[in-house]
Amino acid sequence: MSFLPSSLRQPSALPGFGLALGFTLAALSLIVLIPLAALVLRAASIGPADFFAIARDPRTLAALRLSFGTALIAALVNTVFGLLIAWVLVRYRFPGRRIIDAAVDLPFALPTAVAGISMAAIYAPNGPIGSIAQQFGLKIAYTPLGIVLALVFIGLPFVVRTVQPVLEEVESDIEEASALLGASRLRTVFQVVLPHVYPALLTGFALAFARGVGEYGSVIFIAGNIPLVSEIAPLLIVIKLEEFDYGGATVIATLMLAISFAMLFLINAIQGWSRTKHGNV
Amino acid sequence: MAMSDRFLPLSHHPERATSETAPTKAVLIAVAGLFLGAILFFPLVTVFIEALRKGWGTLFGTFADPDTLAAIRLTLLVAAIAVPFNAAVGLAASWAIAKFEFRGKNLLLTLIDLPFSISPVISGLVYVLLFGAQGWLGPWLDQHNIHIIFAVPGIVLATVLVTFPFVARELIPLMQSQGTSEEEAALMLGASGWYTFLKVTLPNVKWALLYGVLLCNARAMGEFGAVSVVSGHIRGLTNTMPLHIEILYNDYNFVGAFAVASLLAGLALVTLLAKTFLEWRFAGELAATSRRH
Amino acid sequence: MRLLTRRSLALGAAALFLSFEAAQALADRTLLNVSYDPTREFYKDFNAAFAADWKAKTGETVTIEQSHGGSGKQARAVIDGLQADVVTLALAGDIDQIAAKTDKLPKDWASKLPNNSAPYTSTIVFVVRKGNPKGIKDWNDLVKDGVQVITPNPKTSGGARWNYLAAWAYAEKATGGDEAKTKQWVADLYRNVPVLDTGARGSTTTFAQRGIGDVLISWENEAFLVQKEFGADNFDIVVPSLSIKAEPPVAVVEGNAKAKGNLDVAEAYLKFLYSPEGQKLAARNFFRPVDPSSADPADLARFPKIDLVSIDKDFGGWTKAQNEFFADGAIFDQIYKPTN
Repeated sequence: MSFLPSSLRQPSALPGFGLALGFTLAALSLIVLIPLAALVLRAASIGPADFFAIARDPRTLAALRLSFGTALIAALVNTVFGLLIAWVLVRYRFPGRRIIDAAVDLPFALPTAVAGISMAAIYAPNGPIGSIAQQFGLKIAYTPLGIVLALVFIGLPFVVRTVQPVLEEVESDIEEASALLGASRLRTVFQVVLPHVYPALLTGFALAFARGVGEYGSVIFIAGNIPLVSEIAPLLIVIKLEEFDYGGATVIATLMLAISFAMLFLINAIQGWSRTKHGNV
Repeated sequence: MAMSDRFLPLSHHPERATSETAPTKAVLIAVAGLFLGAILFFPLVTVFIEALRKGWGTLFGTFADPDTLAAIRLTLLVAAIAVPFNAAVGLAASWAIAKFEFRGKNLLLTLIDLPFSISPVISGLVYVLLFGAQGWLGPWLDQHNIHIIFAVPGIVLATVLVTFPFVARELIPLMQSQGTSEEEAALMLGASGWYTFLKVTLPNVKWALLYGVLLCNARAMGEFGAVSVVSGHIRGLTNTMPLHIEILYNDYNFVGAFAVASLLAGLALVTLLAKTFLEWRFAGELAATSRRH
Repeated sequence: MRLLTRRSLALGAAALFLSFEAAQALADRTLLNVSYDPTREFYKDFNAAFAADWKAKTGETVTIEQSHGGSGKQARAVIDGLQADVVTLALAGDIDQIAAKTDKLPKDWASKLPNNSAPYTSTIVFVVRKGNPKGIKDWNDLVKDGVQVITPNPKTSGGARWNYLAAWAYAEKATGGDEAKTKQWVADLYRNVPVLDTGARGSTTTFAQRGIGDVLISWENEAFLVQKEFGADNFDIVVPSLSIKAEPPVAVVEGNAKAKGNLDVAEAYLKFLYSPEGQKLAARNFFRPVDPSSADPADLARFPKIDLVSIDKDFGGWTKAQNEFFADGAIFDQIYKPTN
């Protein structure tokens, strides 16, 4: 069954390696790799000159900048508040803690389109928050700010859920030692506790960022979709597709794909590095 | 990990310097609560308020509509295919990755994770490029009268791609932490490979598996971007629930859109409840899972 | 317990699949009409009328399935394999694209039915908020500072292309045919657009439901529908001094209809659009019927008189207009180049 030479793996007493790996690779190839290869081939077939012309088009660049920029801001917001929420959930006991703990996963469970129409209803100029914001001259829905809010919603659980288990494992003796040595609480937290959490925080940030860059369902309902201003890269792909411009769609998709792949590799590298360094992630 | 639930809370420690002062705590909890309230609770509550804007009658009227029923049926069908398939892939992948050492393992892990970070729009686009009438296999499929894009198979494929890593990502870390000693013992005692897998490995990971299946199912039923690209939006035929929300929204039927949305939101709440129960009941067995998705 | 779960899962999946199949087998014939955005309400009425008519004539039950979206997007879906029996799109250019990129439609599709295969026409008007607070009377009010204009993306929406051409026609007249000035005028117009939706319906929702913008450039039928759905006491319709005669055409996608054995019913379906009943329903749903004689006079009385330019006479037909304005890198794209 195994079509891989046995020298590829170290000897093991367990059976089923060939079957398990074979099935995994077959499914991975059929569902993921071949379709993605079709995309890259299609993008490559239009030639380097046209490829770079599309890639350097101001509208493409603006869309990519918007997608990456808003995802970056949202991921940063989530890093700060995600860490705070994880800290509160791990360290404190208070009524409603379990509900909050469970609610953090809501964005994983709630379909993005549902979140999108709901947030559009809230932040539109005639919505409950949008109308208040407008009195202060602030527009939320249909601006990049609306996109950031949608991405904060999408990305929050990634940070909380990566940081939480690590925070739970930080031993309290190091804090006691630090306190006994005369460090202030603030100093103990920032110089003794948090360094343990940084790799997990970085992973959570990267996951939230990666998810935010590609997000579509929740954003299109709340973004203004104006070229150069509030048109995200995934929407530009859809628009290019809808105007028969397959070349344009595939080039932008390939660019995003390459960046996603690089990001994932980075995340896995961070995890591998911190596993060897701290023995956990 | 999760032990702090059962052991002494840190605040009971006599050394106050290892905890924050009570006012600081209160402020931090309040900030966390307000943030979650604004970002998470508010949109959720809005869905139900908008759905009930015209009363229960209109809400139930939406669910009596044949197009809505067809959308619900299609969503269930897609999940019923995508979730078991990805559960099987997840089990196979975690067996190979967690129980064996081989070259290229990190690359394989990254590739399994890839669908998770690519835009859902791209997940739909790739199948249009493959199976669309203008795509690589399009002309051949057309000749043989096989329809994938703008039909149910395309929707299933796009959903499978989007939810591909969900089960695997829950199982791999757990199985890695469990090692291979139990399986080796069973084999030494004369059990067959399959028997060992079914009676030793599977019971050890069953809760993590269920956990992965829950998340996979939630995403499969809620996927919008990928499915939107391959659906064709034919009412009663290729509309899943999230797409039906968009259609009702564009029909000026806002109450209807939020009614279907409230059904999906209800499903999300049930998922969260089940998940919370699993975590509470089987904290130890789930502990190694990194809880990422 | 595990086996039980798995078995019930399999059973559930099988039951689902069967019920799905059963739902499909219920109807004798199914016809797929791929249409553009603001025809949702019209085809809902029309499909019921046609199904009754077909049943009376042949005894067959026919179910019409509908798909709606931006016209360009819908054409693209048909090109990519959406199995439409008939297309009822916003403009001839989109059906031309299907004919050009597939062999499912003859190139001379427009000659198959009367009036260039357009059974109803419409035009472009403005919708403003009640009392017209910004005092919008004509096109030149749309380029003023501080006026927010809602219109969809001409690249994906058919209605948006009619909007664009109507604006262009006005600007051309106002600037005495100076192309550079006309271009600048249209660019100024689009600079006032805060949300660019992919379909006409999305724009209407943005304007009416979400309360964005001061004026919506809209299909006439969509404008009336806004008043009907959101209350005439909330919105006013403003008729500009000049607009365009929009002719949304229909065609049988012969390749698909033949393969599905639907050619007869597809042809009958489109012919029924030209029948007295079809024309009457079109007028009731705010489309201007090509044969007003059978429409309800009260419905007809709602349509205002407007000076209309024509795509064929004033813009040289859709192929030319498409290349000149909406193709990749053409005038519309130049508007959205960051110049300053």
